[in-house]
Amino acid sequence: MEKVRLTVYRSSGEGRGRFQEFSVPFEEGMTVLGAMRYVEQNLDTTLAVRWNCKAARCGSCAAEINERPALMCKTRVESLGMDSTITVTPMKAYPNVRDLVSDPTENFDISGRIPAFKPKKGLKKPWVFYERDVERSQEFRRCIECFLCQDTCHVVREHKSGYVGPRHVIEAAALDMHPMDALKRHVYLNREAGLGFCNITKCCQDVCPEHIRITDNAIIPEKERGADVFYDPLVYAIKRLKGENK
Amino acid sequence: MKPFNKNIGKDSEANLKAEHITADILIIGAGGAGLRAAIAAQERGADVIIVSKSLLGKAHTVMAEGGIAASLGDVDSKDNWEVHFSDIIAEGVYLSNWRMAEILAREAPGRVYELEHYGALFDRTSEGRIMQRAFGGHTYRRLCHVGDKTGLEMLRVLQSRVLHRQIRIMDETVVTRLFKAKGRICGAFTVRLRSGTLAVIEANAVIVATGGCGRLYMVTSNSWESTGDGAGLAYGAGAELMDMEMIQFHPTGMVYPPGAKGLLVTEGVRGEGGILLNSRGERFMERYSPTRKELDARDVVARAIYAEIEAGNGTEHGGVYLDISFKGRNFILKKLPGMYSQFMDFAGIDITKERMEVAPTVHYQMGGIRVDAESTATCIPGLYAAGEACAGLHGANRLGGNSLADILVFGKRSGENAAKYALGKRHNAIPEHEVHMESKRIASYLGRGTNPYVIAEKLRETMSTHAGIIRDGKELAEALGIVKRLKGDAKRMAVGGGLKYNKGLVECFAVNSMLLSAEAILRSALMRKESRGAHTRKDFPKKSPEWRRNIICRYSSGKMELSTADVPALPKRLAHLVKKEAY
Ligand SMILES: Cc1cc2nc3c(=O)[nH]c(=O)nc-3n(C[C@H](O)[C@H](O)[C@H](O)COP(=O)(O)OP(=O)(O)OC[C@H]3O[C@@H](n4cnc5c(N)ncnc54)[C@H](O)[C@@H]3O)c2cc1C
Ligand code: SF4
Ligand code: SF4
Ligand code: FES
Repeated sequence: MEKVRLTVYRSSGEGRGRFQEFSVPFEEGMTVLGAMRYVEQNLDTTLAVRWNCKAARCGSCAAEINERPALMCKTRVESLGMDSTITVTPMKAYPNVRDLVSDPTENFDISGRIPAFKPKKGLKKPWVFYERDVERSQEFRRCIECFLCQDTCHVVREHKSGYVGPRHVIEAAALDMHPMDALKRHVYLNREAGLGFCNITKCCQDVCPEHIRITDNAIIPEKERGADVFYDPLVYAIKRLKGENK
Repeated sequence: MKPFNKNIGKDSEANLKAEHITADILIIGAGGAGLRAAIAAQERGADVIIVSKSLLGKAHTVMAEGGIAASLGDVDSKDNWEVHFSDIIAEGVYLSNWRMAEILAREAPGRVYELEHYGALFDRTSEGRIMQRAFGGHTYRRLCHVGDKTGLEMLRVLQSRVLHRQIRIMDETVVTRLFKAKGRICGAFTVRLRSGTLAVIEANAVIVATGGCGRLYMVTSNSWESTGDGAGLAYGAGAELMDMEMIQFHPTGMVYPPGAKGLLVTEGVRGEGGILLNSRGERFMERYSPTRKELDARDVVARAIYAEIEAGNGTEHGGVYLDISFKGRNFILKKLPGMYSQFMDFAGIDITKERMEVAPTVHYQMGGIRVDAESTATCIPGLYAAGEACAGLHGANRLGGNSLADILVFGKRSGENAAKYALGKRHNAIPEHEVHMESKRIASYLGRGTNPYVIAEKLRETMSTHAGIIRDGKELAEALGIVKRLKGDAKRMAVGGGLKYNKGLVECFAVNSMLLSAEAILRSALMRKESRGAHTRKDFPKKSPEWRRNIICRYSSGKMELSTADVPALPKRLAHLVKKEAY
């Protein structure tokens, strides 16, 4: 029987971990999560690995596979080449709990600080608005909170700049683009949420399993709005470039 | 293989000391029901803690696809709560609690608008109202939806509201036991996975919103966490379980590849016009259900697919075909984006060009904890239940979309009623020796013993082969024997490692819950000597008027005791809405 070879990060949560090799029988269409589940059920029940839906819908199983942030349940083993060993490590942007599990709960504190949805005053019920009004916001609402974009973002990862990160920019943008919402969150984003530290590398949107165009459709528009209020050299440059290209 | 983390396996008595936390209300579960309950209870002034086994925002609800059933009449203006009500009673094959059905039908529109006012963005009609789609068994187009990601939208909106309020959340925390003092609920025991610590939560009221038990079966659409823990906890505290034999098989789950087997293919595919074909290319639903065809109730379509496969008309991987490709790429990408990527990612199939292969998958538990229709209270003072964890609304078959409506409507009611009950009451202290015993029980799972995953696997296999779509007395009895043996094995369960993020330990708790639910399902299924809704007996293929009764399981002097109760009779004011049951 064909085997899948894995190198898995193991740790107690304190200090540095180490790598452990596993070999599991291959099954057609097997995902990396499938291989991990084989390990946790048959080879080592102490392996800590977080998963829930196994359908790429809940965002639980985010990790780094061969150093690339990805969902384990959405990554097929074959796509990584059958003759090489697959390396699986936890997301690095967050404190490690144990093995492949890290603790992304700081994101919930951030969510709680983003100014909540606030309907405009005096709206007649039932609310009337159209498909074209919801499409922009709905793109961001596909977010499954896997936090892979956060994990990829070098600003979130390395600098303690106070930047809330791409997930939360789209969270705010989803509210801003809600047709019935009364607030504008660019002041919050630029002043409190550190949006100015983002230098538009687009790494976040490259890893998003929901293919949300985080940088193009949320970050840049929010920066542009902010740029009218605050001076952001990068956006200023982009705006000029865009203007010239038109 | 030697476990790597063996050094943290030696939990001394000191590590097993439990921290004490108090609240007015403890809500177990952060799915739609739990979050909606928390908002309602907090609005009434209660101090609330939500505990959930998975990370916040990952609850099973997040997967819900097709929509929320509510008779807004935005698409079909003839729709109203009375039609919705009669659909529930008829499709639930007359086992539903009429009052729960009435409450749901009347209150669902209000809850949907409220969710919209919390910030949910539903798909729109051309008049700018909430878009509603057709679903099996609903007379009118009734499901308010966001593409095929309705559950995600619901959960995020509720989650955001909870995060902006004074509501404490303890996620990745497993409740292992409920405590009672002087006859009423007084709290619960928990294991906190991330910190690897124990906590006792003292509360006047507990709401069980733990979802279903799909993971009792090999092929299921359900999440890791759906192991029937709520039924186990409530039963352990003395509450009653009802309609446990009623397990819904969703007609269309993925069959291929093996790792994706069971993943749901939303009814929305058929709601949007998709058709079912057997391997001979025949649209077989025309034979089984000439008028409603693919959109008949779930139990009917699931049995038809099962029969086609049994008759040798199945596909290569043991399913039938589901085709929507003729609707065109743009339509499919807008209306069913989740399905598109699910098939693309997991099977390499482009559903805008190719047919899907599908077969029934275990999806939903109609039965569960028995509650009062108005208040969601169980028979134990202070213990409430809401959502998929409880019984009564859906009878013998749930209509698609009614669960998301259920968790909003009854989630809210449970929060309000628990708050009414809990506020102003003095806490009953949790008996110290019971806390001590529970810590010791948990410690007993750490060490050398039988692997819980092995027991779970055997149980799943047994339930799948012996208590599936078509049942039979002999097989059910045999399964009960196996479950008894597995209960013995479960006494010796243990895993390596310590308390910290030990999923093997969580599996030990889950195995106990699953064994309890399995026993209740099997005993109830054996008792019901007829075929009704989701419950089909080969040896009793007909529906029987004598069995228009609910089966109830409770704990009594060391064992499970079964009894039956009349389905509450429809009051005059509603009787005219419902067609008389035909036999
Ligand atoms: C793929 C799919 C699609 C669906 N689509 C639809 C649809 O379109 N329309 C519809 O109406 N219904 C649909 N359903 C059904 C519906 O989603 C569920 O019935 C519903 O979401 C259940 O919600 P809940 O709040 O009762 O429980 P869940 O969402 O299941 O939440 C249970 C919670 O309890 C927690 N929990 C469980 N045990 C413990 C424990 N021991 N300790 C602590 N916490 C615990 C879990 O962590 C979780 O937070 C679908 C289901 C699936 C699987
Ligand atoms: S575009 Fe901005 S948010 Fe995205 S990865 Fe780059 S720096 Fe981070
Ligand atoms: S935006 Fe994409 S990558 Fe970021 S958390 Fe959401 S789904 Fe994940
Ligand atoms: S397990 Fe839910 S996204 Fe992978």
